[in-house]
Amino acid sequence: MSAEKADIIAALQREILRLEGFRPGSHAAVDVSLGPFQEAFPNGTFPVGAVHEFLTASMEQGAATSGFMAGLLAPLMGDKGVAIWVSAARRLFPPALQGFGISPDRFIFLDLKKERDVLWAMEEALKCGALAAVVGEVREISFTASRRLQLAVEQSRVTGFVLRHAQRNVGTTACVSRWRITSLASEPEEGLPGLGFPQWKVELLRMRNGKTGVWNIRWEDGTFTPVYTTVQIHEQQQQVG
Amino acid sequence: MAGRYVSIWFRHLTTDWFSLRDPERRKQPFVLTAPVHGRVTIVAANAVAEARGIHTGMVLADARAVEPTLQALPEKPELANKLLHRLAEWCIRFTPVVAVDSPDGLLLDVSGCAHLWGGETPYLETIVKKLQARHYDVQAAMADTAGVAWGVARFGCAPWVIEPRRHLDRLVVLPPEALRLEADAVARMHKLGLHQIGQLMHVQRTSLRRRFGGHFLQRLGQALGHEEEILESVQPVEAYQERLPCLEPIVTATGIAIALEQLLQTLCQRLQQEQKGLRTAVLKGYRVDGKVEQVAIGTHRPSHNPRHLFKLFETSLPTIEPALGIELFILEAPRVEEHYDHQEKLWEGYGGLDDQRLSELVDRLASRLGTEVIHRYLPDEHYWPERSFRRATSLQEQPTAPWCIGHLRPLQLLAVPERIEVTALTPDHPPMLFRYKGQLHTIVRADGPERIEQEWWLQQGQHRDYYRVEDDAGRRYWLFRLGHYHEKIYQWFIHGFLA
Repeated sequence: MSAEKADIIAALQREILRLEGFRPGSHAAVDVSLGPFQEAFPNGTFPVGAVHEFLTASMEQGAATSGFMAGLLAPLMGDKGVAIWVSAARRLFPPALQGFGISPDRFIFLDLKKERDVLWAMEEALKCGALAAVVGEVREISFTASRRLQLAVEQSRVTGFVLRHAQRNVGTTACVSRWRITSLASEPEEGLPGLGFPQWKVELLRMRNGKTGVWNIRWEDGTFTPVYTTVQIHEQQQQVG
Repeated sequence: MAGRYVSIWFRHLTTDWFSLRDPERRKQPFVLTAPVHGRVTIVAANAVAEARGIHTGMVLADARAVEPTLQALPEKPELANKLLHRLAEWCIRFTPVVAVDSPDGLLLDVSGCAHLWGGETPYLETIVKKLQARHYDVQAAMADTAGVAWGVARFGCAPWVIEPRRHLDRLVVLPPEALRLEADAVARMHKLGLHQIGQLMHVQRTSLRRRFGGHFLQRLGQALGHEEEILESVQPVEAYQERLPCLEPIVTATGIAIALEQLLQTLCQRLQQEQKGLRTAVLKGYRVDGKVEQVAIGTHRPSHNPRHLFKLFETSLPTIEPALGIELFILEAPRVEEHYDHQEKLWEGYGGLDDQRLSELVDRLASRLGTEVIHRYLPDEHYWPERSFRRATSLQEQPTAPWCIGHLRPLQLLAVPERIEVTALTPDHPPMLFRYKGQLHTIVRADGPERIEQEWWLQQGQHRDYYRVEDDAGRRYWLFRLGHYHEKIYQWFIHGFLA
């Protein structure tokens, strides 16, 4: 009986998502596996064909965020995909993308002077179905502007990333999600000196049709691996027990 | 079809131009002078002066004796040539092939143009009227050969339009001057009593050549149409060009857009048939007041998609200033390349760098933001981080070397490394502490050093020892020390932020 009920509830949830205009990604081959927080997403898959918003406050956070974003971009771009990076003050060092499994020559960079142009170029790029993803670095984005981006991707099914360098006055946007990434101390392998794999604290502050949450994650061998703190491990053991 | 030519003769080209500056001069005898052999000689006289018996070649003092109120100004060298070039460019609205015919005329190849103005007589009348409206005293004639048109314009009389295949009848009654010959050859003919070209026709060619030279026979052949005459157009005709003359001058933005659309349709149709695509295109608008407005676009791949090309033009169309109206639109494609349709279909939906949609997007971005903001990078074979990549010249260019994957690089790189204060153990230990922007960072973990040497053939200077460090808050940095410890001249810098 309970299993039957669960099935009905799941079916109804899918129906609601469909009515709300959420469509499962057309890129069937794209598998952005984020490990532990997959269940936070609607239908349990990372929403492609949507605009995601990332907040950064400092240069260090900017590096961590672009690292996490590169991890998401790698499966989106695949072997042949092309992405555009629009910015008015770019600090990204293209050769570093190679470390995240992306060939930097498949990126097109637009280095503009005005923020208004960044939003225009981003919208124009998001309308182009030939792209795998579009990344835009802006300081401010109004609700209307984010709405325009969202409308553009609904046609083309391109995934957009808005990287916001904003410390405060973070208003509402029409983006499907809002993230904040902070770097964590790395854990070197047992007995080895130096730095370990990059680790981040991933805060999902907002997720339309999904759940929010905070996870620790490590970028290791081209995949995201969950990192559990001792408290979390303890909790899990208690649940199992 | 035989060709048709128009010759325009500006009877008082330079004096007319001076009269435009000061309309009073039009009613008074007025000449231009230049010193010749130490004497001030008249080189151009206006109609009033000519009517009073003053002609070019006269000494100014003699002319003053004939006409005491004569006004004289020094001539401007090269003025006639400049004026003719400007007028020739203006005449492009009537035909694409306009040649300057120094010193005082223009030659137009008007084959197949006259019907657009409703026949040859209205066509020639329009040209003459428009030039007269600009206060140039002109005489023009149309004939099957440039030679006869030239002769009739200068030495003939009305009707100015000589019907096809009737040019011989008009040529025979013209004086030998009408053949564009040197002055001494003409003088010799008059001396021999040859006052009409008709008289020369019956003389044997060999004796004509002996007496008057090969140049004379060439000119005669050109006038008769036996020898081809090549006009050197002031603007070379583009192979891919479309023209759209307008009945009424266009002044609105919508009108310009419609004209552009029509031109693009016809040009793209032709390109498609020939399996070609354009890389650059120029739209020119010839204004009523004689100015030419133009906008240009460029594409990253050959294209013959009128919708896409129109979008590229769209951003720059408002810069066209129609003023009183545009009479003629010309769309040119100076750069055209091979472009096959099946290729397009193959890449459709492919999503790679070869995708047609991608190059169209890049064109759109470039037309609004400029090409210099669009960057794509390829690996360059240098270890020095700032030189490890170079700009790609096109979307299709492939990397010639692999991207360096040996060492992890920072995702965020400062354009210029910034000085930091560091506490470190000598000689080769990573730093323990550093201060950046007033904040103290205690270093917990570190990797390094990775030494990168200067490339002496490019730049002189110290090597860099890079360290990847992590501070107590888990933030990762890329630091380097410039120079050796023992030389006491080292400095520490922060260069980037690792993910």
